[in-house]
Amino acid sequence: MAARALGWLAVLALVAGLGAAFGYAPREAVQGNVQRIMYLHVPAVLTAYLAFALVFVGSVGYLLTRRAGWDRLALAAAEPGVLFTGITIASGSIWGKPTWGTWWTWDARLTSTAVLFLVYVGYLLLRGMVDEPDRRARAAAVVGILGAANMPIVHFSVKWWRALHQPSTILGPEPSPIAAPIAATLLVNWIAFTLLFAYLLAERLEIARLEDPDAG
Amino acid sequence: MSAYVRRAWMVVWKDILAERRSKESLNALLFFSLLLLFVFQFALGPERARVEAALPGLLWLGFILSGLLAFGRTFLIERENDCWEGLVLTPGDKSAIYLGKLAGNVLVMIVVEVVLVALFAVFFAIDFTPFLPGLAAVLALGTLGLASVGTLFGAVTAQMRARELLFPVLLLPAVVPVLLASVSATQTVLAGEPLADAAAWLKLLAAADLVYLVVGVLTFEFVLEG
Repeated sequence: MAARALGWLAVLALVAGLGAAFGYAPREAVQGNVQRIMYLHVPAVLTAYLAFALVFVGSVGYLLTRRAGWDRLALAAAEPGVLFTGITIASGSIWGKPTWGTWWTWDARLTSTAVLFLVYVGYLLLRGMVDEPDRRARAAAVVGILGAANMPIVHFSVKWWRALHQPSTILGPEPSPIAAPIAATLLVNWIAFTLLFAYLLAERLEIARLEDPDAG
Repeated sequence: MSAYVRRAWMVVWKDILAERRSKESLNALLFFSLLLLFVFQFALGPERARVEAALPGLLWLGFILSGLLAFGRTFLIERENDCWEGLVLTPGDKSAIYLGKLAGNVLVMIVVEVVLVALFAVFFAIDFTPFLPGLAAVLALGTLGLASVGTLFGAVTAQMRARELLFPVLLLPAVVPVLLASVSATQTVLAGEPLADAAAWLKLLAAADLVYLVVGVLTFEFVLEG
């Protein structure tokens, strides 16, 4: 089965990513080993963005066509999306404690990611509150569309919010050219996470299809 | 076009009439605003500097809390009185109903906001008169943003179980940009600075209002099916 193959591919890529993160990528000069969390953190957030983009596509698709498949796509993408956002926030916190000296700060990136998390947790809560499939799909689609349309606004508002009130002291200008081994390790892990997401999506779609009595 | 505006207006008029006869929402909302003032006072203590520093945030906290109550009721009235079907069966573009309900919510919020600002002026001895034009501009943009999402999500959750819980949980994260921008712009205004200093925030508010309105108008038809 295709999903199975995808799963094994994801496992292989994740093992390669782990190997690269701990064996191949150099120890970062300033932060030391803590920096290796980046290989989990960055791919997780990129995958979350991809997932929420798919929620948007599924939501619009459902409202336009009323085909249950689009709604299943939105659901199947939203759950791993929330999971990966959670991983992003947790790994960022674990990195932040030794590096910034705090688990949490109301930095623009953090705040907007947290809002993203809350919007889609609300989305999943809403899905749990309606039993009738068409009603659930329509309500969820409206929230999914507004949530996605809101994201650029959230992103810029919190960015300005900080920019206007206090200069970013924590996130100083990074050294712009990332060393090649670090970039390569990031890329491998990103591919691995995308494969993992694709696997989760495929399996969740299949479960949703089996749960739906009307689906062919 | 005129038929569209007329349809929206009829929804507003119907709700005004119903409210005038039942006096259900507005009285409770105004009383709620007064209670909020006590809560703020208990939270901040008697120190005046603290009240002044927190004022922009407190104002918007008061508006959004009152809004949560007001917006949540918008479509509940239709549901409780079995009028939902009537709305669904209304001929023509359904988004007129959304805009009518939105206009009604904005009206209610304006009343609540005027009263809340007056209460702040009296109980915390704050002179708002020099800031009124700027404040009115920020309030108008912020209220439109809150109400457009509030009206849409109020309709989405009206038919659901645990809607009292679900409605704020959905609304609050979605309106974070509006709250953030409104509080910041209010801060600028109350500091006595010209409105132009808050231009970035006002632009953000206008952009958010536009996005919410467009999403609301385009998707409302699907919500109304119930």
